[in-house]
Amino acid sequence: MGDMAEQAIILEFSLQGQDFIRAGEASTEIKQRLKKLGFRPDVVRRVAIVAYEAEMNVIIHARKGSLRIEITPRRILIRTLDEGPGITDIEQAMQEGYSTASDMIRELGFGAGMGLPNIRRFADEFKLQSRVGEGTLLEATIHAD
Amino acid sequence: MKLADLVRELELEVLAGPDLEREVTGGYASDLLSLVMARAKAGQLWITLQGHQNIVAVAVLLELAGVIVAGGIEPDQETRKKAEEEGINLLASSLPVFELAGRLYQLGVRGIDHA
Repeated sequence: MGDMAEQAIILEFSLQGQDFIRAGEASTEIKQRLKKLGFRPDVVRRVAIVAYEAEMNVIIHARKGSLRIEITPRRILIRTLDEGPGITDIEQAMQEGYSTASDMIRELGFGAGMGLPNIRRFADEFKLQSRVGEGTLLEATIHAD
Repeated sequence: MKLADLVRELELEVLAGPDLEREVTGGYASDLLSLVMARAKAGQLWITLQGHQNIVAVAVLLELAGVIVAGGIEPDQETRKKAEEEGINLLASSLPVFELAGRLYQLGVRGIDHA
């Protein structure tokens, strides 16, 4: 990664709630970009998992939102900001197996209550803020060194 | 083992086969996408009952060797199209998940590296 400029590379994607057709496209693009930049496979894998779960959370739960990624040689910051119902009890939402997803979404294999726990598990830093009835901000950082 | 050999041995239906020469390094079975994201590894073959197109994104992100939709479930047309576009091997089998996993195991495909 010697040829990577000092300044961060920033990618931003807009996400639409319930759009299961384009779901995963943002994460896939982020992953390809990191691979091209020469990040280690384990770093690429962790970013892919975190980005995918964050992207899916917005699509499953929110009306709309954005996924932004900031790439520097030493760390990758993933941020989603959405307009949606928000999270009433963050501690509860962080428990494996807890989900408020509908039956229709669960039938697709989502809503297993693993999204946020996966993000926390695969990220080095994790921050979640939410206002009920307004939306949610999630930030996760992965260290690349 | 190459995916093409498993396709022949298990008589899998090839719905999209952009890279059947791909080496299969192991197997994983689940219908919960977040579990697959967290546990399945690059090069593994994933068995699922989900036939909708979101399985393709999961396979791409994890660099899986392929996906087998089991139990005689017909994957959506969009799923086939997307698999072809994204270079993902998409297969189908009329066998139930348990039987399919057992036969793959018999052919030497393992779920855990050191088992």
